[in-house]
Amino acid sequence: MRITIDPITRIEGHLRIDCEVDGGKVVNAWSSGQMWRGIEQILLGRDPRDAWAITQRICGVCTTVHAITSVRAVENALKMDIPLNAQYIRNMIMAAHAIHDHIVHFYHLSALDWVDIVSALDADPKKTAQLAESLSSWRLNSVHEMTAVQERLKKFVASGQLGIFANGYWGHPAMKLPPEVNLLAAAHYLQALDVQRKANEIVTILGSKTPHIQNVAVGGVANAINLDSQSALNMERLYHIKTIIDQLGDFIGNAYLVDVAAVGANYPEWTTYGAGITNYLSVPDMPLDTKGTKFELPGGFIEGGDIANFKPIANYQDKYFEGGVKESVKHSWYQGGKGALHPYQGETVPQYTDFEDNGKYSWVKSPTFYDKRAQVGPLANVLCMYAAGHEPTKRYLTKVIDTVSALLGSPLPLAALHSTIGRHAARAVRCAVLHEALNNQWNLLVQNLGKGDLAIFNPPSFPKGEVRGFGYHEAPRGTLSHWCVIEAGKIKNYQCVVPTTWNAGPRDENDAIGPYEASLMDNPIANPELPLEVLRTVHSFDPCLACAIHLTDTRTDKAIAVKVL
Amino acid sequence: MKEKVLVLGVGNILLGDEGVGVRIVEELERRFRLPPEVTALDGGTSGMDLLNPISDCQVLIIADAVRTGASPGTVVRLDGDEVPALFRSKLSPHQVGISDVLAAAALTERVPGRIILFGVVPENLDLGLDLSDLIAPLVGTVVGLIADELRSLGHRLEAA
Repeated sequence: MRITIDPITRIEGHLRIDCEVDGGKVVNAWSSGQMWRGIEQILLGRDPRDAWAITQRICGVCTTVHAITSVRAVENALKMDIPLNAQYIRNMIMAAHAIHDHIVHFYHLSALDWVDIVSALDADPKKTAQLAESLSSWRLNSVHEMTAVQERLKKFVASGQLGIFANGYWGHPAMKLPPEVNLLAAAHYLQALDVQRKANEIVTILGSKTPHIQNVAVGGVANAINLDSQSALNMERLYHIKTIIDQLGDFIGNAYLVDVAAVGANYPEWTTYGAGITNYLSVPDMPLDTKGTKFELPGGFIEGGDIANFKPIANYQDKYFEGGVKESVKHSWYQGGKGALHPYQGETVPQYTDFEDNGKYSWVKSPTFYDKRAQVGPLANVLCMYAAGHEPTKRYLTKVIDTVSALLGSPLPLAALHSTIGRHAARAVRCAVLHEALNNQWNLLVQNLGKGDLAIFNPPSFPKGEVRGFGYHEAPRGTLSHWCVIEAGKIKNYQCVVPTTWNAGPRDENDAIGPYEASLMDNPIANPELPLEVLRTVHSFDPCLACAIHLTDTRTDKAIAVKVL
Repeated sequence: MKEKVLVLGVGNILLGDEGVGVRIVEELERRFRLPPEVTALDGGTSGMDLLNPISDCQVLIIADAVRTGASPGTVVRLDGDEVPALFRSKLSPHQVGISDVLAAAALTERVPGRIILFGVVPENLDLGLDLSDLIAPLVGTVVGLIADELRSLGHRLEAA
């Protein structure tokens, strides 16, 4: 039997997942991006100083990350130094954006794969509050709060306007949380809506607008800093940001980390599904100097899931990273025949065929690191930071593992992270790590401004000949890199190797399956018509493809999510 | 007290006419000085990032490319309950588009009291930053319609 789920998410283009199911398990899988992303073609011949504003449009969720990675790539090609204030401000924008992204992902994009909202209506609010208070000291876990949330849910469900909750897999046999845990999760779901807005506010203050930030530039940032002016970045605004940072920390530490552990402990079998590719790639981020040689957060490569095999990626000139990346189009709808190509030589010339199981079947390319498939994302990032001995990562990861172990009544091994639920746990850990880093960056910025350093920008100058460079960023969905070749001040080649490409890519030059595909193997399927288990594993990666055509269709609602063929 | 209005342009400017909503908002800002109660925002293809501005307005005016079955170049205005994106049934509980953001705003009981959609039926969705010859002139037309809408809500617009 074959299941096709199309589209699996509408946020950024269409992701189509095909699975062959036999004996209640997935035995083969294909991941297909249904949308051509031709950003590279649009950029040819343009001024590299404008690339960030255009690449910011690749994705509606990851606007800021492309903007910042793009200026880093051009700055790298021009061997520029970036003023410290600009580094700190960019770092804060990235941290706040990622915190927002991770909270939204867990509560609003994937919690409903695990949490049964309808079951929450049967919960006892008093028992829910007792359970919540036994797990953490979060201030919004009272009986009063749980009763109010349940009332609100009842009203919402009764109105028939389910909105976000429409077409959930309510009552699916794979839903295993007790009603009280469902109610607790629903309460935090609602609270998280307000929390994520706060994280977004930091991006708005520093980026001067969201969703498309306006303040980055090749050479630094464009934030006017004047500690005595009402219309610039001043102490009042900086302290407002500090207040938000403190509020975010309260929720991340006392709700998000705890909720992930509670969900994980109720689904222990999901620590045994979804590992897939256990080569993990991540890059260091949050530069602490003007040249990008020291970082707040480490990164590197782990081969075969063994953290003893960790190799660090050192800096913005790192040859190990620069030399390792290639992309194959053997199974993608592009002209190929040249083998896997390095991004500097990358080509993006469409050649559409039908969906061919053994041939071409996706618009996504297949990246490799030294010819190996690699998983990217918070799990890769957390494992690499852990392997590098990053203290905050160890602290928060230990907290989550200890909480799960206590709930389970038996110790959870680190190896449980190589799984569907492990990706969620790692994302929560990363969120806490980023929050601490955000606070550090705020302190560094305020100290530096206090010293009288107000520099934010070094003007770029372009040589007559050809230069090339790469920029990277550890984005919410994993390692993002932009690669540019510039000649006489104009873009000659530009390639973006995005996180979801690493994870969602089809079979590669050697016909080896990619991370999404590998992670689906052996997933159980209780009901092929409601393949909740497939969604669980795919959603755990936080899929995001290049942007969707999102026409508002006033005639019909296309609602054929699943075709059982 | 005049109602706060958000004029939100949505769409993907990399795909030709798909970006018409964003182009309309850009042109609105170019042509007029908007009063403090009116905010114009290029929402691109964002989802939850828009929860803040959407929660903070009483009237939401959306400019977007739409598919109505009518021929390319048709301009439509939908008001209130006619806006189908509001709470339509969806493929999964995980897609976040404008409709999801509105649903989220409703959950937090901060949803705009009125939603008006100005839609343009696109002709060409091929890769590129430019609008097609058929659609480009309609940007000014829709900006005029939105300006009239804002005036009818009691807002004064000054030429920029």
